[in-house]
Amino acid sequence: MAYELNGATIEADEEGYITDLSVWNQDLAKLIAEDENIDMNDEHWEVVNFLRDYYEEYQIAPAVRVLIKAVKKSMGKDKGNNKYLYTLFPYGPAKQACKIAGLPKPTGCV
Amino acid sequence: MVELVIDNKISNTSIDDPLAPPCMTAGAMEGSKPYVAAPEHNEKLGFPGELVDGWQEKAIARMGEIARTNRAFKVYLDTCIKCGACTDKCHYYLGSGDPKNMPVARQDLLRAVYRRYFTFAGKYFPKLVGAVDLTREVLDDWYSYYHQCSQCRRCAVFCPVGIDTAEISMAARDIMDHIGMGQKYCNEIIGKVMDIGNNLGLNEKALKATMEDLEEDIEDETGVAVRIPVDEKGADILLITPSADFFAEPHIDGLIGYAKVFHAAGVSWTVSSYASEAANFGLFIGSQENTAILCKRIQKAAKDLGVKRIIFGECGHAWRVAYNFLNTLGGPFDFLDQNYPIPQHILEFTWDQIECGNLNLDKSRNDKFRLTFHDSCNVARASRMGDMPGGQFEIPRNVIKAVCNNYFEMPEETIKEKTLCCGGGGGLLTDDLMDIRKKGASPRMHAMQQVEQDHGVNHLVAICAICKTQFAKMLPEFGFERDAILSIHQLVSNAIILEGQIDEDDDDDDIDEIPEPPGASATGVGS
Repeated sequence: MAYELNGATIEADEEGYITDLSVWNQDLAKLIAEDENIDMNDEHWEVVNFLRDYYEEYQIAPAVRVLIKAVKKSMGKDKGNNKYLYTLFPYGPAKQACKIAGLPKPTGCV
Repeated sequence: MVELVIDNKISNTSIDDPLAPPCMTAGAMEGSKPYVAAPEHNEKLGFPGELVDGWQEKAIARMGEIARTNRAFKVYLDTCIKCGACTDKCHYYLGSGDPKNMPVARQDLLRAVYRRYFTFAGKYFPKLVGAVDLTREVLDDWYSYYHQCSQCRRCAVFCPVGIDTAEISMAARDIMDHIGMGQKYCNEIIGKVMDIGNNLGLNEKALKATMEDLEEDIEDETGVAVRIPVDEKGADILLITPSADFFAEPHIDGLIGYAKVFHAAGVSWTVSSYASEAANFGLFIGSQENTAILCKRIQKAAKDLGVKRIIFGECGHAWRVAYNFLNTLGGPFDFLDQNYPIPQHILEFTWDQIECGNLNLDKSRNDKFRLTFHDSCNVARASRMGDMPGGQFEIPRNVIKAVCNNYFEMPEETIKEKTLCCGGGGGLLTDDLMDIRKKGASPRMHAMQQVEQDHGVNHLVAICAICKTQFAKMLPEFGFERDAILSIHQLVSNAIILEGQIDEDDDDDDIDEIPEPPGASATGVGS
């Protein structure tokens, strides 16, 4: 599949993960999020930005527990848990948030 | 086991019989097909990139090769007596009602072609013996229905002549790989293990950072410096565990449990960044060559690190491969300490520590849970633990009962050797197969609803990375909380009191935030 953004075609795999990570920008993230029925708010952006920073350092998305810890630190104990992350990203923080952040899909038994 | 009075017991409601025959609908699942692998994923595994010219001849030739070299495969295709004993034993048939998901019908997709090209009657009188040509339609049926089999072997338990559909399903996938029709999920993942060392693609730097982070968490929670060493040369034990244990919820809590047990036992251990994967998807695609490549990585890591023992973490098919094939495909392991099983399961190790009295356990720390155990199919029907028959059933239960008070069994026809698959095994744990995954999970979920009703069970325990991920996705569909799935070693982790342990304040403890049992909302859902 592909996304159409400002007249440009951005290639994605069958599941909507972009194939060229370097073309990602915030407008594209909003478009992917729309496809996922997510209206991006500050908390969504915080998760997406954390994932991108982590990916830049480690070339892989963080473990869900690491993400939860980061969210706990910035948004407080009430929101620093898996349940809250699922309210932000109903299909699961690892896969759905990665898709919006323009990162590869975590594969394996996850 | 302590029986308690259940205040929230649901009465006068009917739970679907987990094993009730479904309403049959021909072709109900014919549209279910996983994504086809990209050329680079197939080629890395030694297969053609895409469907080759002359694929019919090549598929038939590969089938002949398997029949010549794999006696079981040939016997399974030749001996079915069409008795019907298997017809209602597959969780995918029970959940979908598609008659091609009856094990005998699934086998016949391949058997009909085998008869056409490899038997006298099929060559000359095909219609009389149900033999068919290998057409594109047949191939599409193979691709669809051999990816609706989790190779769990439940049907084989009931087959009077012992036909194992898993072997036929693996052979079918192998034939399809040989003509360039591989499945994306499995083949991409096997390639990642070859490149990086694990299914996730978790590199050494990220693995080490994640383990350091976990060490900090454990110390924050307990005040004890428990280590999770990576690539530590000279350690006694090499832990081979599914990479999901480094990444996913609830898996990672099980990893913390292993670390605490090793710490309390006083043994030195390490994980390897080179062989950072227990799961071996080579099995799922029936490829001995690829299965062997992944096994050999474990041998190399064990040699390079100079370990004396290999222990496997909680992973169903990993244990099936390890138990049956690690020595033949990945060996020899003559450099390891021969006084220990090669390989050993983490539950064998933990149970031994419990029996020796080396672990200080407080069962009451798991009193918030009312638990049942899901026997993972590959552990239950394709391996063993300990030194007695049925050890793979008893040892996990022994450990659970040693660390918690409230344990209950699901219906007898759904446990131990008759266990139901989680619905996501055998290379089906992918988002593009979500529909069949849910249908396949429904018998197990109905069995759990039964013990919820009868005993107030609110949590399910499993010892397989696939089961844990699948149930985390499926439980909410059937009225349970997402985090109602636990690892056995998560329970061990909760119960164990390490020397010098100082518990952090309870109000910061997630274990205390267990949701209430789902109550009436669970009934009638997902039927």
